[in-house]
Amino acid sequence: MPSSVQEFYQTLVARAEEAFAAREEGKKIVIQVGSATCEHAAGSREVLDEFRKHIISSGRKDIVLRQTGCTGRCSREPIVGVFIPGRMPVKYERVDRELVHDIFVQHVQGGAPITEHVLDAEQNKVSEYEFLFCDSSRCGWQGGLRIKDVFTEKLRAAGVDMERVKVSLASCFGACGKELAGTCSHVLVRPLKILYRVKSEADLDEIVQKQVLKGKIVEQLRVGDEPVSQEFFDVYGDVAFFNRQSRVALRNNGVVDPESFDEFIHYKGFKALATVLERGDPQWVIDEVTKARLRGRGGGGFPTGAKWTSATKNEEKIRYIICNADEGDPGAFMDRSMLESDPFNAIEGMIIGGFAVGAQRGFIYIRAEYPLAIRRIQHAMELCHKYGILGENIMNSGFAFDIEIRLGAGAFVCGEETALIRSIEGERGQPRIRPPYPSQSGLWGKPTVINNAETFANIAAIINYGGEWFNRLGTEKSGGTKVFALAGKVRHTGLVEVPLGTTLREIVYDIGGGVPKDKKLKAIQTGGPAGGCIPAKWADLAVDFDTLTQAGSIMGSGGMIVLDEDDCMVDIAKFYLSFSQDESCGKCTPCREGTTRILEILEKITGGDGTVEDLDRLERLAKLVNRSSLCGLGRAAPNPVLSTLKHFRAEYLAHVVDKRCPSKRCKALLHYEIDAEKCIGCTVCARNCPAECIAGARKTAHVIDAAKCVKCGRCFEVCRFDAVIRT
Amino acid sequence: MTVLTDNRAQIIEISKKALPEHIVAFIEKCRQEPEPESQLIAVLHMVQAHFGYLGKDQMKAVAHLLRVPKAKVTGVATFYHFFRLEPRGKILINVCLGTACYVKGAEKIAQRLKDELGIGFGETSKDGMFTLENSRCLGTCGLAPVIMVNDEVIGPLAPDEVPMILERYIKKAKAEAEKSSPQ
Repeated sequence: MPSSVQEFYQTLVARAEEAFAAREEGKKIVIQVGSATCEHAAGSREVLDEFRKHIISSGRKDIVLRQTGCTGRCSREPIVGVFIPGRMPVKYERVDRELVHDIFVQHVQGGAPITEHVLDAEQNKVSEYEFLFCDSSRCGWQGGLRIKDVFTEKLRAAGVDMERVKVSLASCFGACGKELAGTCSHVLVRPLKILYRVKSEADLDEIVQKQVLKGKIVEQLRVGDEPVSQEFFDVYGDVAFFNRQSRVALRNNGVVDPESFDEFIHYKGFKALATVLERGDPQWVIDEVTKARLRGRGGGGFPTGAKWTSATKNEEKIRYIICNADEGDPGAFMDRSMLESDPFNAIEGMIIGGFAVGAQRGFIYIRAEYPLAIRRIQHAMELCHKYGILGENIMNSGFAFDIEIRLGAGAFVCGEETALIRSIEGERGQPRIRPPYPSQSGLWGKPTVINNAETFANIAAIINYGGEWFNRLGTEKSGGTKVFALAGKVRHTGLVEVPLGTTLREIVYDIGGGVPKDKKLKAIQTGGPAGGCIPAKWADLAVDFDTLTQAGSIMGSGGMIVLDEDDCMVDIAKFYLSFSQDESCGKCTPCREGTTRILEILEKITGGDGTVEDLDRLERLAKLVNRSSLCGLGRAAPNPVLSTLKHFRAEYLAHVVDKRCPSKRCKALLHYEIDAEKCIGCTVCARNCPAECIAGARKTAHVIDAAKCVKCGRCFEVCRFDAVIRT
Repeated sequence: MTVLTDNRAQIIEISKKALPEHIVAFIEKCRQEPEPESQLIAVLHMVQAHFGYLGKDQMKAVAHLLRVPKAKVTGVATFYHFFRLEPRGKILINVCLGTACYVKGAEKIAQRLKDELGIGFGETSKDGMFTLENSRCLGTCGLAPVIMVNDEVIGPLAPDEVPMILERYIKKAKAEAEKSSPQ
C-alpha cells in the first residue's frame, strides 16, 4: 500500500527528529571532531578524549561533543568544528592536545575564536555574516563574479563595516530548476542558513537594507527548498578548498555522525527510498537515473541506466546487486571516505538500485584493508535492520532486500567485475571473457548489477532532486559530479568533488592551491595504474570520461596525482608497471608476460642500459598488450607507458641517448662529485657514507671514489655547504 | 540443502584441534545457508585474524569443514596478497608504496626500515619482534608518506624518524610483556 510507506517514513522522521531535538543542539555549543581512518592517524581520537575531559571538568551542561566523518581535507586534519548558536561556525585545523585547551578556554568558554588556527584562514578574523554567491556557469545569471562585485559595492555605499561581512563565491549549489536557468542566481547567508533567490539589482538592495543593516530576513526573496549541498556549505562555505567544489556524493561528509541513524534521517536520509517505494515503479527509477546521465564512477564510465535496464530485461528473476568498494588503485581513497563518513547513503543507494533491477540480495565487496569502513557499514546495516530499512518488507512496502558484506583480500584485479564475482563466490579472483556481461549472467550465473560505491552515493540525490537536475550539473554527455582523490605534489591534498567538465587547472590550482615550494607542475596522473599522465600544458582540459580517454588517460576511480619537475616520467611509468605486473592474475598470456617484459625494458632504461630501439620495442609491446589482454587490467596496464612515451618522449631519449635522468630520480644515472672550492673538509659526508668511498683529511677538500659509490645520495643530503654536486 | 556425510561429527571433532570454536561454528552456520563455499575467503580472514597466519593444519581443517578441495584453499590463500602462510612478528610494519607515498619518498622510508631491522619485505626479524611488509595503498594519501604499525597509521614520516618509532614500539612491546608476566 503506497500510503503506508509514507506513513512508515513519517514515523521514522518523527522519532528521529524527537531524538535529535532532545539533544538541544540548537541551544547548545557543539564541538565536532572528525573521525575517519585519516583523522585517527592525525590524532583525532586523542583530541576527542581531551575535549571530553575538558567538558567534564568544566561542569557545563550546555556543551555537546559529537563526531563526524571526514570532510576530505586530509592535510589539515584533525579538524575540529566549534558551533556556537547564532554565530559563524568555526573550524580549526591540525588540532592537538594543547590547542584543545586553548580552544576550550578562549573560544568555547570565552567566545573568542583563535583566528590563527582557523582552517585555511585567509584573514585573522571571523566574520559575522557571509554571503556566498553561486558562481555556476551552467545556471547562473550574469555570472556570480559580477553579482559579487555589485553586491560588495552596495555594501560599501551603505556604509557597512566590511570587517563584519564577507562576500565570497561558491561553485554551483544546484538550486535552480530548468525553468529558472539563466534568470536568477542564489546566495546563501551564513550562519543563518538562509538561501535567497535574486533576480535584479533591486533584490540586492533589499538584502543590504534589510538583512545586513536591520538584521531582518527578506521573506519575499527567501527560497524554501534546500539545495543538495546546503548543509555542507552551512558549515564549510567559508573555506576556499570547499566552496570551489560541488558536493553531491560527499554532501554529508563532515556533516553527519556516521554512526547515527537519527542524524542521517535528519539530513533527509532515506527520503529518496521512501519516494521510490511509495511510487513502486522500478522503471521510473531507471528512467530518472538514465535522464541523469549517470555514468559508472568506478572507471569504466558505462551508463548506469543502461546497465540497470539490461538486467531487468533478463527473464531470470533471481538477481543480485553488488557495490564495488574494492578500492585498489594506489592513490584513491574516496570510497573509503564515503563509507566511513556516510555509510547510510551508500546503503540507501544500494536498496534503491536493488529495487530498480529487481534484486533480492546485495553484496558490498570491500577491501579488508579498510577496517573502520567495514565496521561503520556493519553498524549502519544493523541499525537499518532494526528500523525496518533492510530485510523483509522494507518500509512496509512489501519489498524484501538484504545486504551482505564480503571482504576482499588484497587483489587489485578484483576491481574488475567478473573477477570480483569470482571472489564473492569464494574463488581466486580471475576475470573471464565478456560477454556474457554480469547483467546477463553474473554471480552464480544470475543477472548481476555491479556499481561502484560512488555511483550508489549519487542515487539518493538523483531521486530527491531529479535526473534532469543531476544531468545539468555535468557536461553534455555525462551528468553530475566526480570525486577525485587529490594527492602528490599539491598544497591541499584531499577529496575534491567537482562537476564533470571542470578543468584540471581549476582542480589543481583553485582547489588544490597549486604545487608547493614554487616547483613547476609537470604532469597530472589520473586513473591510477590504468591511467596515464597528462602533461602540464594540457591543464585546461575539461575533465570528463571522453576527454581523458582522448588524452591517453582514463577517469578511473578518480585518483589524481600531481607530479612536479622532480618526478621522472620514466620512473613513474616503471612504478605503475611494476604494480600492474605484480597484480596481473596470470590467466592470460599478453598481460602476464607482456607486463613483465615491459617492466624489464623500463628497468633497463632507468638502469642506464637502454637504447633508442628499446623505445620502439616498448611502444609495440605496449600496444600489443593493450589490444590482446583478456580484461581491463591488462588492456589498461600499458597506459602509463604509452601516455608518457607520447607526451614525454624527450625524457625517455635523455635516459637512453644522453644516459642521464633530467629529474635526477633514476639512481643508476646519477653521478656525485664534490666541488673542491665549496668543500671545507668538515668530514660529515665521509662519516655518513655507507660505502666508505669518500676520502679526504679534515679541513681539506674531499673526493668521491666513483667506482665504489653506491649512489645512495646520503652525502648530497647531509652536506650543509652545497659542495656535493649531483648530475 | 546440507549434505551430511556419515562421519561429519567426527570431522568436526578433528577440526576442532586445529580451529577455534567460533570458526567451526561460523562454518557450520554457513553450511545452513545457500552457497556455503563462497564464504571461504571470509573463513580464511577469521583464521588469519586468530592465528596471525594460515597454517597448514588450519587450511586442511577449513577444506574438510567447508567441503572444498584442499588445492582450492591453497589456491585462494596464495592468490590474495592479504593472506600470510608464515607466522609474523609481534609488530607488523606495513610500508605504503602507493603512488602518493612513492612520489613523496616512500622508498627511502622503506630502505631505512630495511637497514634498521636487517630484514626485507615479507620477512620477520630473528627475535620474532618485527615483520616488514608493504602495501599497495593504505588510502591515507593526504598524510603521505605513511607506514602502518600494527593498526596505527603514522605519517607524514621522514626517514630519520624511523629509529625513534621502532624504539617506541619495542618499549611498548616490552612493557606489555612485563605486564603479562609479573615475575
